Amino acid sequence: MPRNHFRGGVHPKEEKKWTDHKPIEDMPLPKQVVIPLLQHIGAPGECLVQKGESVRTGQPLSKSSKFVSIPVHASITGKVAAVESRPHPLGASLLSVVIEGDGTENWVEGNERGDDWQHLSGEEIRNRIRDAGIAGMGGASFPTHVKITPPPGKPIRTLILNGAECEPFLTADHRLMLEKADEILAGLKILMKVLDVQRAVIGIERNKPDAISLMRSKTGGDRIIEVLPLHVKYPQGGEKQLIKAATGLEVPSGGLPMDVGCLVQNVGTAFSIHEAVCFRKPLIERIVTVTGPGIAEPKNLRVRIGTLFSDLIAFCGGYTDETVKVVHGGPMMGIAQYTDGVPVLKGTSGVLVLNGKSGGTKPESPCISCARCVDICPMNLMPNRIAGLVEHGRWEDARRIGLTDCIECGSCGYICPAKRNLVHYIKLGKALLTESVRDQQPTDGGKK
Amino acid sequence: MEGKNKLNKFLISVSPHVQDHDSIRRIMISVILALLPAGIFSVYLFGLHALYVILLSIASAVLTEWACLKVMKRPLTLDDGSAVLTGLLLAYNVPAEVPLWLPVVGSAAGILLGKMVFGGIGYNPMNPALIGRAFLMASWPVHMTIFRTPPGAGTISGIEAVTQATPLQVFKASRLIVLNASQHGTDQVTQSTLSISQLYSSLEKLFFGYRGGCIGETSVLLLLIGALFLISKRIIGWKIPFSYLGTVAVLSWIFAGTDGRMFSGNPLFHMFSGGLILGAFYMATDMVTTPVTYKGRLLFGMGCGAITMIIRLWGGYPEGVSYAILLMNLTTPLLDRVTQPRVFGGR
Repeated sequence: MPRNHFRGGVHPKEEKKWTDHKPIEDMPLPKQVVIPLLQHIGAPGECLVQKGESVRTGQPLSKSSKFVSIPVHASITGKVAAVESRPHPLGASLLSVVIEGDGTENWVEGNERGDDWQHLSGEEIRNRIRDAGIAGMGGASFPTHVKITPPPGKPIRTLILNGAECEPFLTADHRLMLEKADEILAGLKILMKVLDVQRAVIGIERNKPDAISLMRSKTGGDRIIEVLPLHVKYPQGGEKQLIKAATGLEVPSGGLPMDVGCLVQNVGTAFSIHEAVCFRKPLIERIVTVTGPGIAEPKNLRVRIGTLFSDLIAFCGGYTDETVKVVHGGPMMGIAQYTDGVPVLKGTSGVLVLNGKSGGTKPESPCISCARCVDICPMNLMPNRIAGLVEHGRWEDARRIGLTDCIECGSCGYICPAKRNLVHYIKLGKALLTESVRDQQPTDGGKK
Repeated sequence: MEGKNKLNKFLISVSPHVQDHDSIRRIMISVILALLPAGIFSVYLFGLHALYVILLSIASAVLTEWACLKVMKRPLTLDDGSAVLTGLLLAYNVPAEVPLWLPVVGSAAGILLGKMVFGGIGYNPMNPALIGRAFLMASWPVHMTIFRTPPGAGTISGIEAVTQATPLQVFKASRLIVLNASQHGTDQVTQSTLSISQLYSSLEKLFFGYRGGCIGETSVLLLLIGALFLISKRIIGWKIPFSYLGTVAVLSWIFAGTDGRMFSGNPLFHMFSGGLILGAFYMATDMVTTPVTYKGRLLFGMGCGAITMIIRLWGGYPEGVSYAILLMNLTTPLLDRVTQPRVFGGR
């Protein structure tokens, strides 16, 4: 099967120039952080702290006995000001721990010297990753310890490190690869040991030649770890598209990467895994690209989890005139915020600020069947028909032609000359489908 | 800093937050631009009357759409340019000498019966300009089939006249005689075979457009230049025009021999004559009324080619492009359904 290629995709303006040359800058400790108990896919943990309690940096704030769950940690030292519902960047308000910092940095005990991970068992490594609260940092935020525990009978043959960073504007992964290549590679090797894989591929889009050559020089002569330059095409970093490009294999519809013996981890996650396993450092900070034409001074920042967007934006010089949109994530899949009082999550790769010119919405016209969405859909779907069916309340029919296969990459909405909100109809269809399945279950459980 | 966004109010919309610059309006304007050279050539060839036909046809289309939108209480979306394009295409589909009321009626019928009754842009099952043309063909067939010889075009069939048959009309008449040789005198049959051979060797005039015909269809060269522009801008795809022309080429080579023998036809004559180039690149590619899938588009073009040649060779009309496209338009929903691409990771 042909490698290094997936069908479809679009070429939005890259817009990386705002920040790709700017080294990662440490953002000063924020005065306040808001840490939602749920920042991953799965169950939230139970809150361990109460209002008024003092917390130290790195101290767990929640715990859970469920497998698909991870704790969150205090990202600054100070007092718990509140445990209450706060706006969450991914949607509704959720229970969060609000910490007022005292300006000092008082860590819970870690291991600053660093452990030699080679001697640790797979079990021990997984536990450390779980206790550090690590979830995928590329956006989906699935708990990492679950992902690296494939069921028996599903061996992983290829580990793929995702350094594609195909979303326009974002440069967090790019900068991390340039500045922390050794740590990322150490994280990769830890993962290889846990999964017992003999082969790894680091996929990086060709628009980051410096990262490609650096990774190549670090892995020089290594036949086990391959650095694979990828076409600059969105969504090259989509899990299924990346696997196709790296191995030629297609993850089956409704299946998981492990069904084709693959596992994908983001480079940022690999970095945090190294920190967690060697230094027992919980995931309390990450790299965030604060960028876009609506921000005075775009930057790549090392930020404590829970820092409010408003603080990030102020640190980057504030809004320029006519700021209209604040987006959690990149422009293709990110979520527009109604307030900048939302916190940075473990999965926050960027904060995009758009102005009137770049972020305005255009009126929707009827579909003219130009077929562009069909031509470019990286999942080979017919977004025009799926959206049309959902619009007419026929989401069950939409499911039959692939509604649930959609990865919501946004390519169709990007290319549509009629400016149709295709992704909206698809998300709506999925929500209605879930709802109707839930409603039917008691009486209709036997039916497929 | 707070002053820059005083209300702290942000715009909420679903992703993606960046969009391609192309719009329906830009698509329509590009197609109109691509069609202009052929129209200008027509005015040069047939005189100012052709220009009046074009202008009246466009005005009628726009006015009809405006009136319909008013009655339907819809937002006035005339600036999308689609009505202008329909009017232009209708004008390109009538002979240059028609009375001036004819394009007015044709455009109005096309917009009203072909587009607005279905709900306007995006909802019409068939090409509105071709509906207008079919309406005119059915109502005023004489006006629609008399073609004047363009001044300076000379003759193609060897007969000097002010009104002259189009190459396809000559072909049709001659072929009927050749196919039914037993009912005609030997001289007549020989003469007809000669006529077809002459047609087949006069490709140059066809290519540059010095021949009788509808306003916009004559200059193959200029239509192809416009089509290249549209393909390079990715406004039209190659699949429908190429499968359409390819099918016509193969079928005409097989079945359209000068003396009725198989495998001796001239594909280029059939590709360059009539409205095929105009139809294949500008009407069979109409987005709304054609399939969206890869295979669907190939099948659509092949179907158009087959119906065109069936009408031209065995049907009642000398020309079959407009009916071929209209008939295939009706198969579009079915074609899309049966050619749905295999979902990524699916069986």
